[in-house]
Amino acid sequence: MNAPLARSTTPVARSELDLARIRADFPILRQRVHGKPLVYLDNAASVQKPKAVIDAVGACYSGYYANIHRGVHLLSERSTAAYEGAREKVRAFLNAASVQEIIFTRNTTESINLVASSFGGQRVKAGDEIVITGMEHHSNIVPWQLLCEHTGAVLKVAPFTDAGELILEEYERLLDSGRVKLAAFVHLSNALGTINPVKTMIDLAHARGIPVLVDGAQSVPHLAVDVRELDCEFYAFSSHKLYGPSGVGVLYGKQALLEAMPPYQGGGDMIRLVTFEKTEYADLPNKFEAGTPNIAGVIGLGAALDWLNAIGLDAVAAHEHDLLEYAIARISEIPELKIMGTARDKAALAAFTMRSIHPHDIGTILDREGVAIRAGHHCAQPVMQRYGVPATARASFAVYNTRDEVDSLVAALWKVKELFES
Amino acid sequence: MSDLRDLYQEVILDHNKRPRNFRVLPQPTHKADGVNPLCGDRISVFLDIEEGVIKDIAFQGAGCAISSASASLMTEALKGKPVKEVEHLFEAFHNVVTTDCECPRGLGKLGVLAGVRDYPSRVKCATLAWHAVRAALEERKQPVATE
Repeated sequence: MNAPLARSTTPVARSELDLARIRADFPILRQRVHGKPLVYLDNAASVQKPKAVIDAVGACYSGYYANIHRGVHLLSERSTAAYEGAREKVRAFLNAASVQEIIFTRNTTESINLVASSFGGQRVKAGDEIVITGMEHHSNIVPWQLLCEHTGAVLKVAPFTDAGELILEEYERLLDSGRVKLAAFVHLSNALGTINPVKTMIDLAHARGIPVLVDGAQSVPHLAVDVRELDCEFYAFSSHKLYGPSGVGVLYGKQALLEAMPPYQGGGDMIRLVTFEKTEYADLPNKFEAGTPNIAGVIGLGAALDWLNAIGLDAVAAHEHDLLEYAIARISEIPELKIMGTARDKAALAAFTMRSIHPHDIGTILDREGVAIRAGHHCAQPVMQRYGVPATARASFAVYNTRDEVDSLVAALWKVKELFES
Repeated sequence: MSDLRDLYQEVILDHNKRPRNFRVLPQPTHKADGVNPLCGDRISVFLDIEEGVIKDIAFQGAGCAISSASASLMTEALKGKPVKEVEHLFEAFHNVVTTDCECPRGLGKLGVLAGVRDYPSRVKCATLAWHAVRAALEERKQPVATE
């Protein structure tokens, strides 16, 4: 027990980040809650925003906001340029081949629903199969269930081990049925922290001619993603977990596939010509962006990517890895605390249970100590069922978290025990 | 930790650790399930009602300390009471956990849950068992949800 305690007194900077400077970028982190300094460890639910993002949204609304893609006036031209500039930033972030492959949506959920509805509606028939894994978020389960209900297709679920690692052989066996039309799986599990071997999983699917959607909601803030190297057909994520505004999501799709897919929603901005007899759709990416989008939000996402790139995802990942190892070592000192999800390849979060103390009670007590965590099923009820627990507590990390904050978490967890065992 | 003690009072911790009437009634006249979709908590309540009086009441399920203790205290409060008093008691209890009202004497031990009023996200935990009992009395077949 002494070693980790001793480590807590060492300076934070084993990684090369200037944490004080990074933290200064986040106005929200300066506050106290319930009289205690805020320790925000609910980053897997949504991450806080740096001033650069808040300012970019404000600058749009106070300086050049107008609707995009249609005005001939200066403000519309400036808004359009900023909006499309953000699309280019997302393209570069993912190393996609073309901006036509970057579709803006509301969130990861809508990105997945777009594929389920448009791609699935066109290609999936009765008796076909969709393969997912047992560790999916509800947003990568329910859209496929809806598709299966509409079409008579069948959802197949690849299981994972007690450690929270996908059983690749079982996944491969499911792909072998000859009826699989799509494999859809999470890159980084929000309930377990597991990083799936997505490159291998994509290659296994492609060897059988099966296209792949990757749910990247949790992975993009922590891991560098190169969609051309992965070679996946679709990659979905949200801005709000990537230091950008809420209300913006991204769908990457291979151009040839997106071109062959029917529109997801009809309306303005996605058409070339409308008559009452027939409508010609706009080219990519506008075909999938019906209606006025979240203009300032997309611009804010662009600012978030600039901010993140300036730090460098590799440095972010190294810092978070250090933090996670430290957190797991420290909270494991607490008797009867059990970590759920012990995959060898893991990032960003620690989910745990404390014997006979419900996660909601843990969450409430931690909150009064200033420590914000998530308690519940994390929109992954099948994962909870897999382990036979109603819920877990989850501490999840972002680039601005520190070892001192982990120490606050640990001290608060000891208080939970004290209160419940007094 | 003084304010946390207002929420997690001794009586609540005790009822959480040793819930009363925590069992299944083999042949209840009324039963229902309650779920809290927020946290996935699930509770089943069972009642034996004879001539308009709650002769026996029990519950089963997994939940946080607040929902378990509230269910346990509720069973103690309702046992032997006429059915027609349930709604009145529920309203009084709901007021106590959601407003700054003074706790009415008639609520007895249920008053220990008054601390919940300072924790709005936990009100649903405290009322889950009550929602289930009301659903049982209305003979609803679907599990009742807190939201």
